[in-house]
Amino acid sequence: MRQTLRTGAAWAALGLAGSAALAPAATAQEANLVINDEIEIVTRAPAPEHMEYMSEVVSGWEYRSPETQALQMDDFENPGMIGVDNARADFETAMGPDDQSCASCHESPEALEGVRAVYPKWDEAKGEVQTLEMQVNECVTERAGAEPWDYTGDRMTEMVALISSVSRGMPVNVAIDGPAQETWEQGKEIYYTRYGQLELACANCHEDNYDNMIRADHLSQGQINGFPTYRLKNGALNAVHDRFKGCVRDTRAETFAPGSPEFVALELYVASRGNGLSVEGPSVRN
Amino acid sequence: MSRQITLAVALALIGAAAQAEVAPQEVAYGEYGAIETSLSGSPGDPKAGAEVMADRGLGNCVACHAVGALEEVPFHGEIGPPLDGAADRWTEADLRGIVANAKMTFPETIMPAFYKTEGFIRPGDGFTGKAGEEPLPPLLTAQQVEDVVAYLMTLRDE
Repeated sequence: MRQTLRTGAAWAALGLAGSAALAPAATAQEANLVINDEIEIVTRAPAPEHMEYMSEVVSGWEYRSPETQALQMDDFENPGMIGVDNARADFETAMGPDDQSCASCHESPEALEGVRAVYPKWDEAKGEVQTLEMQVNECVTERAGAEPWDYTGDRMTEMVALISSVSRGMPVNVAIDGPAQETWEQGKEIYYTRYGQLELACANCHEDNYDNMIRADHLSQGQINGFPTYRLKNGALNAVHDRFKGCVRDTRAETFAPGSPEFVALELYVASRGNGLSVEGPSVRN
Repeated sequence: MSRQITLAVALALIGAAAQAEVAPQEVAYGEYGAIETSLSGSPGDPKAGAEVMADRGLGNCVACHAVGALEEVPFHGEIGPPLDGAADRWTEADLRGIVANAKMTFPETIMPAFYKTEGFIRPGDGFTGKAGEEPLPPLLTAQQVEDVVAYLMTLRDE
């Protein structure tokens, strides 16, 4: 009994700490992210319907320092835009036996506006949920007849950054019902599974403890609307599956592979937790 | 002859030490998760415990818990409750149980188990991302757990 009371008190203390930390964030947030004085980014949005236990979803941009935040406000300051420029050139690079390029089918990268916002997405012909990377590789191999690109290689990540960049400001809106529902459910189960020797689920940090400090790191909600993300930590554009891999590794677990069915499912689920936030990729983070 | 006796005595002593250390799989948790006796069979050293608390490669307890007495260590986290006054709120047996496997006291806690070696989902080989084989080495040795507990027992408000 005494133990139960103490346990209860400990949880109450934790709960109070949690709400105190949240209070300032829940109030005034006028200065939303505007890129190039032009593209307005929604960094706080009402939680999607399937997350009835939370009121608000928040972009990782909100948890970064003012200096890091500023880097994303101007494309000339955003180091991730160098990769976008590389991909813009690559968009017209001929591939395969018939010298096909992305531009052979898609007039310009801008013609792909809106695509990023709805991926991962059910592919009727393939009978599976496809990520944007899978769709690019479908074009590269089946349409152009070229060798597939490495799933998290620079070429792929830069192309995904380009395709994301032309959708910046549009709301993330991945479908989770219909044929995609089974994959979404699988991703949700992974999100709540406590992996590795540290027995940590995504939810332990990014649902239960966002806005708290873990040593020197300010925990975010783990939203992926900003991917690919230029990380100051490694000075490169980072693909979302590489970030997943890093997180699972840090639980002292055996990770899943980038492009694996598990990470595809997890990407769909995590993306759906950001439905309503703006596409931000390429974003800038720590 | 006398060498044989010496050897026999030495082996007996080693045997006694081995018996005194409780293996992770053999730990007896009380109904509420406490562990009554030392896991190493020896008392803990609070000074060594403070180092385990701060070291990112060992306990790294301050990653989640603020500890006023360790203010020289940078960046204390706010995931778990501050540990100031822990010895006023908990017994040594309680603290030993929480450090070894906090889920025996708080079933849903985020806190990792520092003296547990098997029963994990996709156990890894350290931080390599590759598969590990159970039993894994525990995050802390029996003596390191005792050192941390000894340090926590110095954290009193009054």
